[in-house]
Amino acid sequence: MSGNAISIDGVAVAFEPGQTIMQAAEAAGVYIPHLCHHPEFAPHGSCKLCTVKVNGRNGASCTVGAQPGMVVENNTAELNDGRRALTQMLFVEGNHFCPFCERSGNCQLQAVAYFLNMTSPHFEHFYPPREVDASHPEVLLDRNRCILCELCVRASREVDGKNVFGIAGRGIQARLVVNSHSGRLGDTGLAATDKAVQVCPVGAIIRKGTAFRVPVGKRLYDQAPISEVGTHVTGQGHGKT
Amino acid sequence: MTFPLETAANPEKLKRVAIEPLSRVEGHGKVTLLLDDDNRVHQARLHIVEFRGFEKFIQGRPYWEVPVLVQRLCGICPVSHHLAASKAMDLLVGAKHLTPTAEKLRRLMHLGQILQSHALHFFHLASPDLLFGFDSEVAKRNVVGVAAAFPDVAKRGVLLRKYGQEVIRITAGKRIHGTGAIPGGVNKNLNPEEREYLRRDLAQMIAWSRDAVNLIKRVYTERPEFHNGFGHFRSSFMSLARDDGALDLYHGGLRARDEHGQIIFDHVDYGHYWDYIHEEVKTWSYMKFPFIRSRGKEQGWYRVGPLARMNNCDFIPTPLADAERREFLAFGGGAARQANLAYHWARMIEMLHAAEGIAGLLDDDDLMGTDLVTRGEKALRGVGVIEAPRGTLIHHYRINEDDQVVRANLIVSTTHNNQAMNEAVRQVAMQYLDGRNLTEGLLNHIEVAIRAYDPCLSCATHALGKMPLEVELVDGAGRQIDCLAKDGDSSCAA
Ligand code: SF4
Ligand code: FES
Ligand code: NI
Repeated sequence: MSGNAISIDGVAVAFEPGQTIMQAAEAAGVYIPHLCHHPEFAPHGSCKLCTVKVNGRNGASCTVGAQPGMVVENNTAELNDGRRALTQMLFVEGNHFCPFCERSGNCQLQAVAYFLNMTSPHFEHFYPPREVDASHPEVLLDRNRCILCELCVRASREVDGKNVFGIAGRGIQARLVVNSHSGRLGDTGLAATDKAVQVCPVGAIIRKGTAFRVPVGKRLYDQAPISEVGTHVTGQGHGKT
Repeated sequence: MTFPLETAANPEKLKRVAIEPLSRVEGHGKVTLLLDDDNRVHQARLHIVEFRGFEKFIQGRPYWEVPVLVQRLCGICPVSHHLAASKAMDLLVGAKHLTPTAEKLRRLMHLGQILQSHALHFFHLASPDLLFGFDSEVAKRNVVGVAAAFPDVAKRGVLLRKYGQEVIRITAGKRIHGTGAIPGGVNKNLNPEEREYLRRDLAQMIAWSRDAVNLIKRVYTERPEFHNGFGHFRSSFMSLARDDGALDLYHGGLRARDEHGQIIFDHVDYGHYWDYIHEEVKTWSYMKFPFIRSRGKEQGWYRVGPLARMNNCDFIPTPLADAERREFLAFGGGAARQANLAYHWARMIEMLHAAEGIAGLLDDDDLMGTDLVTRGEKALRGVGVIEAPRGTLIHHYRINEDDQVVRANLIVSTTHNNQAMNEAVRQVAMQYLDGRNLTEGLLNHIEVAIRAYDPCLSCATHALGKMPLEVELVDGAGRQIDCLAKDGDSSCAA
């Protein structure tokens, strides 16, 4: 391997100067599990799902810049075990009822769980009380399913120029808040076509009236695992990443 | 109000017998009997542990989730809840008339559910009693015993059920927790490959359904007095009926007949069911007791389900089933029309109707249309009613302006039959148990009466006939004086 290339699981992957490991991997079609990363936004580095071993040390691949000759381990049993535990924690920290969630089959959290062969939540459910905000005529915010990836926060601020969403509190108290006098979505300038409405990787921000339009069998992750089809969700997601 | 044997005058002097949990019924329930020293029955009650959390859980959820969410209510009849809720949601989104493709696809799904549910009940839950006898050897009186003694019967039961499940899988996307019906329509049509696939085994399913009708007919008519008279009482019946009086399991107006077959009401828009049906609460049961308002609490109770539909409709719109219906109604000069055990016969006629109905639908090209959803002016209240395998199923929702459910009221089939099942228990207790030493076989007579209704005792829990039955004799002070275990050797679990 020479020039601008790293190795991921023994395969040479070229990169452009300034790219992160994640960006280089995406460009080469190598899947690194992730949830808070989105190609159109600055790295956030919060979910830690994208953790890889870089020259033997753990690092979040969405934030670590690629350097010539880096040796990256990605798809290993050890790393996937850790990712599975993180995913299981995400499931128990919120209220994720896949059987009747309209994002089922198009949900990145669920798809990552399948990819990691997660068969049960393993940990005790917290069943935290979380609020549903249905006040917007076209958009529903169901905090039960929010994984605090902050993609909507970033999208609203950086793309829509509206700053509709924010995160308040820390740790287990952290929650998604809406920046309006009432704290309700209906009192913001959010539009259904906003980027912030398109980016949610789970079923926390959804367009009203579109639920279950795609039959089982035709949903994104019915076709192929997330490692192959990426994160594009019909009508509301971003491209293969 | 109370009925004879519903409440004993001085219970403290009596010994108590509990049949708990009931076996080969869906869900948890128990029967308690109060007996005096001569084993005379003074009180007989069926209690049901109902799932109460649902109405609460659903509050605040967006309405479009409901048809999928309600399938969690019951592992046995999820499709019925899916469709009843979807019909209510149609009204919320202003879809007064579905597209032909949407309506027919839903009907196909529903008939698949009827087929699989009726097959499961008859072959797995009911046939051991019917084929071996109510007090036959208990070790054999189960589906394993049926499989050993009548392998063909058991095999057909399995395959009929499987076929129904395939219809559900293809129309709803999954065997359970499918998403096929959505507010205002459906999310898929039937493609030509799916149609061919479902057609392949259909002639066989119709033939086997006919055989099943013949089997129950033979068993029933071999001992007409016994079967007609088992726990006998007369009641009103309620069901949906199509405008022209045809049996219609998916849609229609409410129709009720009294115990003499006279119409009480007909063509009733179920959107106002509460003008016609009220629910009484009794202190000793979690389950409510619905009654027809115009007839009052004492006279107003009624039965729903296959027997009600057989009595209520003017005809069945598929020829084989309709011929069977005529024969059924004419049998013994109408002697089976009010009989508890005639539910089994009626149920198999419906299974035949479902198989025929599926064949008719599969010949209809509308199923392959592409116009799937309609919408209109939104509403805040929606009522959906279907004839589920076990009887009339009512789903009623109110939402707020933000699309969230604020109130839900469900009247499930088993609740409609609550009074009737209690009546059947009391009649059987008087006929067969009164003054006799209780044996497992005698107590099973009580369960046979309940089982005829195919109750889904709790739409939240279910188990397939493997539940041990424990009967305790307890004296008036609550002391256990005897114990009988259901596993047949009469060993005492205490
Ligand atoms: S609402 Fe969705 S996009 Fe926003 S933080 Fe929660 S999970 Fe992320
Ligand atoms: S994707 Fe890298 S930390 Fe979330
Ligand atoms: Ni049920």
